[in-house]
Amino acid sequence: MTLPTNWEMVVGLEVHTELLTKSKLFCGCANNFGSEPNTNICPVCLGLPGSLPVLNREAVEFAMRIGMALRCTIAPSTFHRKNYFYPDQSKDYQISQYDLPINAGGYLDLPDGSRVSIERAHMEEDTGKSTHLGGSGRLAGADSSLVDYNRCGVPLVEIVSGPDIRSAAQARVYAQELRAILIATGASDGRLEEGSMRFDANVSVRRSGEPLGTRCEIKNLNSLRSLQRAIDYEALRQIELIGDGGVVRQETRHWDENVGETSTLRVKEDADDYRYFRDPDLVDLAPDQDWQDRVRAALPPMPAQRRGEVVALLASPTEAQLDAVEVVIDLGLEKYVHAVAAAAGDAALALSRAANEIAADIDHVDRLTTEAFATTVAMEQRGELSATQAKTVLASLLDQGGDPRSIAAALGFEQLSADSLGATVASLIEEHPDEWQRYREGDDKLAQFFIGQVMKVTKGQANGKAVIGELQARR
Amino acid sequence: MSGAISRDEVAKVARLARLTLSETELETFTEQLGQILEHARDMNSLDLTGVAATAHPFGITNVVRDDVVTASLDRDTVLAMAPDVRDHRFAVPRILGEAP
Repeated sequence: MTLPTNWEMVVGLEVHTELLTKSKLFCGCANNFGSEPNTNICPVCLGLPGSLPVLNREAVEFAMRIGMALRCTIAPSTFHRKNYFYPDQSKDYQISQYDLPINAGGYLDLPDGSRVSIERAHMEEDTGKSTHLGGSGRLAGADSSLVDYNRCGVPLVEIVSGPDIRSAAQARVYAQELRAILIATGASDGRLEEGSMRFDANVSVRRSGEPLGTRCEIKNLNSLRSLQRAIDYEALRQIELIGDGGVVRQETRHWDENVGETSTLRVKEDADDYRYFRDPDLVDLAPDQDWQDRVRAALPPMPAQRRGEVVALLASPTEAQLDAVEVVIDLGLEKYVHAVAAAAGDAALALSRAANEIAADIDHVDRLTTEAFATTVAMEQRGELSATQAKTVLASLLDQGGDPRSIAAALGFEQLSADSLGATVASLIEEHPDEWQRYREGDDKLAQFFIGQVMKVTKGQANGKAVIGELQARR
Repeated sequence: MSGAISRDEVAKVARLARLTLSETELETFTEQLGQILEHARDMNSLDLTGVAATAHPFGITNVVRDDVVTASLDRDTVLAMAPDVRDHRFAVPRILGEAP
């Protein structure tokens, strides 16, 4: 989408991600999505009198990993209480980091070469989950609300970008790249649909060269699509408002994905007076150099580097192949592609099989060794397996593990390619003398006809290249 | 000198804390809070040049625990204490507006 001439949008994103710890941020309750309601709660996360929070070391290390991946400075930090009345916190405050966050001053380079600054990436606890009964589902229409505190106290990192984003498309790319990084650090599963990653967007507009305009914060962006649509909508709304002589108010707005509009949630006023003060139950967090070094040493390579390493294996990557690289990086499957390349195999074929066949059964990926994968791809490359057969062997490997040669033999694939393919081709030539004659006279298009016939007879189990070989041998 | 805290400020703090104060209480608490803040102001008479700010009475950092799951409370016991429960969740009056 393009804005009217001379207008520019200025966008900053706040991204919340839940951390993949076993327990919550300040207590030993399980950090587990999908548990029965209110089964992972204790005096600490409910804020019962006399309970005391103790910080989870793993959560700190995940936060440091995120900060390091985003080139932030790891700094001494403190925990504050953010006070507000809302039933998603039974203790009426949320423990968060305020003026001294653990990570500050970093940046994220996007694949298109643009750079978005990271102001901070701080730790805080998640809130409980409210379900609203009655009405239309929107909160204002609900008769009563039901609260499940399982999520209350789950560790979060909130990543706040600088106001460096200039289009909704760029915001989407930023969110995608950030998600890939969070997954790569091991800190997050990046599951938008489960709410383990959530976006808020700060949007303002200005005529080119003017100072920053008043911004609105958009909440309820639960998908990349919502993020992009909402930013575009909001920028146009503000431009239209100003064009009509109006003034943008600083406010929080709600995105309605069904209607495709934002609407006022609340105007910034008293509600934002959170009376932050230091949580007296928590001491300073100041990871020393030694602790930082240990975390940094364990930091795996980031997506940009891994992407580059896979792309380097391809001669001149097509758009489809670049998409496949994204899938492979996202799912952490590049070791399979590298295994094939290391054996001087066909990296492009390996990429395709990884991005499609392995990705299709990703839950069972642990059953597939890189050796078995490389062997299967090599068999396909040599024509011992057709594409269809190779896919079947991979599906079987993912289903129950094992050795690709044994699986191929058990399925009768090798026998087909070795012996019966020749017999099949010979009998088809007898059945179709006219087509065979034209093929012999040089009409190569007829090869496709015979391949089609062979596929029909073998139910797709033959190798196209092998069929052409058989045809040429008899020509 | 004027008080360390104004009556309006006390009224605002009370509103943020969802406390309803009578006129008399407002007077009383403005007076009492003012005295407490005056007491803290005594620090201003000290020369603290070169003294680092104290963030916490204990001079310790990095108090952390291992990431180990421990037993949670029994759900029925907890919900039995709630004023209203539905579907194993705490039922609260309908919420106006979204979380801050």
